[in-house]
Amino acid sequence: MSDSTSFTKIFLAQIKRDLLLGVVKRNEWLNPIVFLVLVQTLFPLALGGSPDLLENIAPAIIWVSALLATLVSLESLFRDDFEDGSMEQMLISASPFYVFTFAKIICHWLLSGLPLVLICPLLAMSFGIKPDVLPVMLLSLLLATPVLCCISALASALTLNARRGGVLLSLIVLPLYVPVLVFATGALSQAAIGVSPAGALYMLAALFIFALSATPFVLSAALKLSLSDA
Amino acid sequence: MANFFQEIKVLYHKLGSPRYFYELSSYWILPLTSLCTLLIIIGVIGGLAVAPSDYQQGDVFRIIYVHVPAAILSQSAYMLIAVAGFIALVWRMKMAAMVARAAMLLGASFALLTLVTGAIWGKPTWGTWWLWGDARLMSSLLLLFLYMGIIALRESFSDEQAGIRASSFLAIIGLVNIPVIKYSVLWWNSLHQPATLKLTEKPAMQMEMLWPLLLMIVAFYCFFALMLILRVRNEILQNESNSKWLKELLAEEGK
Repeated sequence: MSDSTSFTKIFLAQIKRDLLLGVVKRNEWLNPIVFLVLVQTLFPLALGGSPDLLENIAPAIIWVSALLATLVSLESLFRDDFEDGSMEQMLISASPFYVFTFAKIICHWLLSGLPLVLICPLLAMSFGIKPDVLPVMLLSLLLATPVLCCISALASALTLNARRGGVLLSLIVLPLYVPVLVFATGALSQAAIGVSPAGALYMLAALFIFALSATPFVLSAALKLSLSDA
Repeated sequence: MANFFQEIKVLYHKLGSPRYFYELSSYWILPLTSLCTLLIIIGVIGGLAVAPSDYQQGDVFRIIYVHVPAAILSQSAYMLIAVAGFIALVWRMKMAAMVARAAMLLGASFALLTLVTGAIWGKPTWGTWWLWGDARLMSSLLLLFLYMGIIALRESFSDEQAGIRASSFLAIIGLVNIPVIKYSVLWWNSLHQPATLKLTEKPAMQMEMLWPLLLMIVAFYCFFALMLILRVRNEILQNESNSKWLKELLAEEGK
């Protein structure tokens, strides 16, 4: 009993610390949004701005730019904790490492996933998506962005010791994003033609539960590997 | 039976030593090379000359004897990387890391070969080199990207062993994802376009067509094993160049 309460305490303290750091640093949560809006501005310019065409391909535009936006804040995710030694302190502390990694994932989502969830429906409306598709879009974003955060956190942990730059992170992350993209855009296009999107949403929910329950453990193994090789 | 498993276990542990592997594998190269050559010769003759031409595709279908074995190998090699990588990560076995490393580029080449032969096959039969709408093409391309990812990750470390460990880890994550990717892409295909071309459905094959294919698959496996052994031996030469046994062995051979 006392163990579990202290885990919760540490978990919450970690979330509080990371949120504070993230909010203060500002570019961690601001950059993905700016990037997302930029990319979505380019599509109408490239496509000629016909409203019918835009409405049809809006789910694809929104989802592809959301995937790309998650790459923006990726490189700095563990970098500071890794370089100033606080990650080692978390590792050798009395509570299990996965408590920290779970808190890290939650924070990563709050800082770089949640802003995307909030802004995408707004952009979708500007593209002229039907109002009854919006709840589906919001639900798909809520289910899918945590999965994206899990995958990107893993990639970020594995590349801590690697030489930075180039397409390395995108090359690792984007193929793993494919299922999320398929199911999320599938749900949206089904909703757009009036078919029930439940199947695709259930699949997204399955991915969500699987990712959230497995990633803290896999992530702590990956971070331990990077720490031991540093 | 218990004895047999005991022996396998002992052999497995012995193979974990670079020295033992290097010495033992030198006896495997010749038999494996001859078996591989023999199987490829018989398989190619069987596939190109003996097998009847397809009633729909004519002689074009004969590329199947390269395409399908390459596709199977590209997936098996990925599995091997993940399994060997897991052994290397958990038990820190040196040989497993070398096997994982050696299999990466080989597997990637088979994945590339699958795509190239598939494109060559696609042009005369479907009238196009590439179809963005087909699930199988997509999942083969994604497999190639997964390979490129693990190779890129491996190459971006200054410490080679750390690079192999990180990329093995990524390969294991990828292995969990391969079925998910595959089925999601299938699902995506069935959603967006009903199968107008039945290109992924294999007709029930005649025996004369089937046996060269099976032979070629076995031949490709032998070829893969041979290449893997040669690459691993090269890596042993590089990694163990300072060890005493290797110097003595090379001195014996007069090199």
